[in-house]
Amino acid sequence: MQASDVTANLTHLQRLEAESIQIMREVVAETEKPVMLYSVGKDSAVMLHLARKAFYPAPPPFPLLHVDTTWKFKAMYELRDRMAKESGMELLVYQNPEAREKNINPFDHGPLHTDMWKTEGLKQALDKYGFDAAFGGARRDEEKSRAKERIFSFRSANHRWDPKSQRPELWSLYNARKNKSESIRVFPISNWTELDIWQYIHLENIPIVPLYFAAVRPVVERDGLLIMVDDERFRFNPGEVPVQRSVRFRTLGCYPLSGAVESNAHSITEVIQETLLTTTSERQGRVIDKDAGGASMEKKKQEGYF
Amino acid sequence: MSLVQESSYKVDSLIAQDIDAYLLKHQHKSLLRFITCGSVDDGKSTLIGRLLYDSKMIFEDQLAALEADSKKVGTQGQNIDFALLVDGLAAEREQGITIDVAYRFFATEKRKFIVADTPGHEQYTRNMVTGASTADLAVILIDARKGVLTQTRRHSYLAHLIGIRHIVLAVNKMDLIGYDQGKYDAIVAEYQQFATSVGIEHFTPMPISGYVGDNITASSDNTPWYTGAPLVEFLENVELDVTANQAKPLRLPVQWVNRPNLDFRGFSGQIASGVVRPGDVVRVLPSGKTSTVSRIVTFDGDLQQAVAGQSVTLCFTDEIDCSRGDIITQADAPVQVADQFEATIVWMADDAMTPGRSYWIKLGTRTVSASIQAPKYQINVNTLEHAAAKTLELNAIGVANITTDRPIAFEPYEENHTLGGFIVIDKMTNATVAAGMLHFSLRRSQNVHWQALDVSREVHANLKNQKPAVLWFTGLSGAGKSTIANLVEKKLVRMNRHTFLLDGDNVRHGLNKDLGFTEADRIENIRRVGEVAKLMTDAGLIVITAFISPFRSEREMVRKMMAPGEFFEIFIDTALEEAERRDVKGLYKKARTGELKNFTGIDSPYEPPNDAEIHIDTAKLTPEQAADLIVERLIP
Repeated sequence: MQASDVTANLTHLQRLEAESIQIMREVVAETEKPVMLYSVGKDSAVMLHLARKAFYPAPPPFPLLHVDTTWKFKAMYELRDRMAKESGMELLVYQNPEAREKNINPFDHGPLHTDMWKTEGLKQALDKYGFDAAFGGARRDEEKSRAKERIFSFRSANHRWDPKSQRPELWSLYNARKNKSESIRVFPISNWTELDIWQYIHLENIPIVPLYFAAVRPVVERDGLLIMVDDERFRFNPGEVPVQRSVRFRTLGCYPLSGAVESNAHSITEVIQETLLTTTSERQGRVIDKDAGGASMEKKKQEGYF
Repeated sequence: MSLVQESSYKVDSLIAQDIDAYLLKHQHKSLLRFITCGSVDDGKSTLIGRLLYDSKMIFEDQLAALEADSKKVGTQGQNIDFALLVDGLAAEREQGITIDVAYRFFATEKRKFIVADTPGHEQYTRNMVTGASTADLAVILIDARKGVLTQTRRHSYLAHLIGIRHIVLAVNKMDLIGYDQGKYDAIVAEYQQFATSVGIEHFTPMPISGYVGDNITASSDNTPWYTGAPLVEFLENVELDVTANQAKPLRLPVQWVNRPNLDFRGFSGQIASGVVRPGDVVRVLPSGKTSTVSRIVTFDGDLQQAVAGQSVTLCFTDEIDCSRGDIITQADAPVQVADQFEATIVWMADDAMTPGRSYWIKLGTRTVSASIQAPKYQINVNTLEHAAAKTLELNAIGVANITTDRPIAFEPYEENHTLGGFIVIDKMTNATVAAGMLHFSLRRSQNVHWQALDVSREVHANLKNQKPAVLWFTGLSGAGKSTIANLVEKKLVRMNRHTFLLDGDNVRHGLNKDLGFTEADRIENIRRVGEVAKLMTDAGLIVITAFISPFRSEREMVRKMMAPGEFFEIFIDTALEEAERRDVKGLYKKARTGELKNFTGIDSPYEPPNDAEIHIDTAKLTPEQAADLIVERLIP
């Protein structure tokens, strides 16, 4: 927030910002080897920005980790490299070697793709570097099981989340104590909503992937979702032809799994306008949430997914 | 009748017409956090569902899923079951209960809201206290057909206990009593009587129906006799605690010292109360050192002022000692420093509290070792009566004295939630086992000061030409502790070392003859022996102790009392079968017949050390060999 914004009454965004910064500083003070999971999406962008604020004038005292699936949008890889350079932070990119060897991909392997590249990849990366705390950009308004997760979410030695034995979290007192090989996932923007994220990006001029803005892009329609043809690896079904449509993305992941929405929102304010007037939730464009009925995300989280 | 109807909030026409103007307005919204409390059938989920729905926080796809789920597993027949929207976890949906605190979000024209939604069953105390700890306001729901129930009293008491200043009494399901003003007035009068009795000074009653939507977003035609504001309007306008906090003196718990290079040294933290400006004279506690604020540093440039709630980094004009856990305060209005307190404790773990055991306590940004004494009394949350208690079990609330291992800066919870609220962490499992609220420091901790001694422990040790140490033998009864300890002492004396052997049985004849063998007494036994051993190391002695000392946390407690490097944990490792076969004192036989209770290894656990300095396997070494090995480790 700008210095001139400080008035006697803090706005909701100022309170959220102060809370997120407090959380990040607690993690750095109380854990041995923290890392920030960086997915290049808009939530990651806000989280990274908050980290730069929390430790200024020092750079954030931890690296960025991108658990890569090799199937992200090209534009995401570009922004990732740029932001790492700009923030002065070390960027670690991890790709699950087993998934790479078996050529696991979203076209042939369905849920296994997410499981191998993301869930397993994340666990392998955390084990490889020995991180005992990992920041994630999840928000409680995103999904039902997220609404019940703690800000400091404790994980067993094999990265499992046990929703029934979560530590009570009172006031702004976080318990970061753990035994060797146990770890915590920390969600500093838990209490932000999608609108808060957009508004903050707008106010703070935070760089985000251009895919969030509408542009004419080649897409095919599948199961009610508009999937963008981002590179030559895309597999068309018989009779499928890409069509040019003005679309944008509300969430970004692996490009064959991310549904676009038709839109003419070319600026942040237009995106916010559209978000406010829209009638579907942002996760609606995600194939991965629908894998196992209502409890899909909860199941994935128990297995170690962020 | 379907609940899915037109949202009753007007979608701001600005969104479509002038988004920039809308954003400017939204940017300046404040934030209110509140908690909803109610029992299973009070309509809590329906109310939250309606607040979310009316503020457009439920989207079409979620609604479609909700409609499908309602038909499949809902409890409202063909109607939308809003409870399904808020009961997030698979385990809950199967059992039809809510097992944990969930946080929900919605916004109106004026404010953004975070709602802590807590379930209404057995685990209620733990969950509600957790949800209430961050809330500015509590909405207490009452089913108009049932009136003030035990649960209502419990919820209200807990909200009051945790220091929530704004209480809304929402008399729900008014539609089911025909909007009867007489019945409503009677409920409010009954609640008023109760509220006064527990010290709730003020509350705001309102007649509502979450199901129909009466007095939620707009005044209802069904209750023309109600002249107060509808719920949402009230929530939008109630005064915030954050604002009140700014009027108090400056308190900033230091989280992290920012030292990117030799030229910069800043102290980062979130301001708990007050205002700070460059030029302000501040005092750092507990040290009491003073300095002046030179800069308030942020990513967006230096600030001329920062207020309660903001996360900032302060720089001082002088290089004074200040580190994580310290509190920066207004110089002429510092906080108290003490090491003994009275506190209210809410126990949150399945394992009951063990009086005397050493736990971690985290208060502000400081974590210290502390022990909690047996409760003075426990509070029955249903009747609010005080009852005697030896311990606190899951969901119990009691008042007890706490002793920390070093003085800490604090404020009574009533005055400052950040500097008076704490969590209790189990040293073995690292679980958060309790939450507490400090009342005041005990007078004796204010008046008992350390006497500075002219003859130091170094002088004592040098005179004896040795380095003081504690050789702490632990192991089962009959493992061989006393035998080996005796041999070690003889060998040391032969080497002209000044020693003293503290033996378990002997100490229980004198110093500790008032103690029995319950868990609490065993802990106190070890604590006293630890303190005596510590005094002896101050006198320069090599102390040898032979106690079963079955619990890791107590051995850890004693280790922490000693100077670094002076404590040697020696595990005399003998298998239970072997110790029982020897049964030198005939105690195992008595324990097996039940004549002797709480006997370690039989009906009381022994927790072997994980990282003992010396591990003696008695199956491999004779007592003589073991003693030689120990002496060699001590004096290489």
